[in-house]
Amino acid sequence: MHSQVTVTVNGALVVVPFGATVAIAVAMAGQACRTSVSGEPRGPLCGMGICFECRVAIDGTPHVRSCQVLCEPGMEVATEK
Amino acid sequence: MSKAAYDVAIVGVGIVGAACTDEFARRGLRVAVIGEDVVGSGATAAGMGHIVVMDDSDAQFALTRYSQEQWQQLRSELPDDVEYEQCGTIWVAADEEEMIEVHRKRAYYGERGVPTEVLDAKALQSLEPNLRRGMAGGLLVPQDGVVYPPCAALFLMERAQARGATLILGVRVAKMGEGKLRLTDGTEISAAIIVNAAGASAPDLTPGLDIKKRKGHLVITDRYPAFVRHQLVELGYLKSAHSMSGDSVAFNVQPRRTGQILIGSSRQYGAEHTEVDNPMLVRMLQRAGEYMPGLSQLSTVRCWTGFRAATPDKLPLIGPWTGDTSVFLATGHEGLGITTSLGTARILADQICGTKPEIPVEPYLPSRTVKEYVHA
Repeated sequence: MHSQVTVTVNGALVVVPFGATVAIAVAMAGQACRTSVSGEPRGPLCGMGICFECRVAIDGTPHVRSCQVLCEPGMEVATEK
Repeated sequence: MSKAAYDVAIVGVGIVGAACTDEFARRGLRVAVIGEDVVGSGATAAGMGHIVVMDDSDAQFALTRYSQEQWQQLRSELPDDVEYEQCGTIWVAADEEEMIEVHRKRAYYGERGVPTEVLDAKALQSLEPNLRRGMAGGLLVPQDGVVYPPCAALFLMERAQARGATLILGVRVAKMGEGKLRLTDGTEISAAIIVNAAGASAPDLTPGLDIKKRKGHLVITDRYPAFVRHQLVELGYLKSAHSMSGDSVAFNVQPRRTGQILIGSSRQYGAEHTEVDNPMLVRMLQRAGEYMPGLSQLSTVRCWTGFRAATPDKLPLIGPWTGDTSVFLATGHEGLGITTSLGTARILADQICGTKPEIPVEPYLPSRTVKEYVHA
């Protein structure tokens, strides 16, 4: 049972392999992580915590770098405007 | 006016230079404006862009109020990127002693037609829930606002160009005076009147000018919409901003349209380097945290510094320079240049064109500082 983890992205259930980052879950949900000030969709660019393009809200905490956090069961992820 | 190439040549493309260029062009004068960097750089790019009425002195009130009225009149013409928001200022009173100042300020503003609202502790808490509990109250000044200064300067400059002004960028003025400007590329420009609007660098071109650089720091956070709703300034700001010596910090935060929060402020004399001064930054953020503890949980995006042009009596220099009949000054605005740029342009143009100013100009005349030397 530990081979998969279920989280929600904007309320929708997403099942990812154990050890996947939140950025993977957001991608599997077909979402962009955030929207730039000029209205463009943004997602992971560097994948290593430097570019800050993949920020999302996790369990209510805004602006968390989704490429740096592993999915945990029941985690609530929300993409940012 | 004369056979000079221009009626007026303005040195400086910050918001004061831009506003002056626009005003002279509006009045039909032949204007050139010269800047080393891009339009809206320097202190204009570094500041918060708080459009605020202040009452440190009657003269400061007159100029800030007069200028704010012009910002309000301009509002419908401002492009979206100027981000004009009439968010209001709340002067935050930490204790009962500062509430006395709240009531004094309310009376002063009220007598002069500026609406305000006294907030008790509960009202303050409901308007700004992220302020530390236990504040005594505050004074809300609803007509104050914010702009994004570089875009405001660019708007004014583009309007000036549309009115016929000539913009010359990317060159330094090596020397100015006696109706002439010499640029570092060798070009000479003749103008009947030269306006030094070079902010904190003004004394480089007009030696003897009593302006000191006063360094400031600002921090901007990531986007946290509605975390702060008004421009919030501690009433103790008056003490720290006006002490003429020593370094000081004050709680001063501003909500931006993006949901980002600007966190200030610091004041230092004698610091000439543009680098962020970490001990000063720490003091400034600690002060902000004392008023708004939740700030420490937010992530910041950038911090930077800028230099205010400070005069000994905290009023700008607007008018003829005593050392050269062709030179006029529009500098020394300290932390109020964005607000007072529009009023400055009007009363400077009034002096040069001989039209009647709508507010008395005497408090801002550069000759006042010369008189002080004579009596000293």
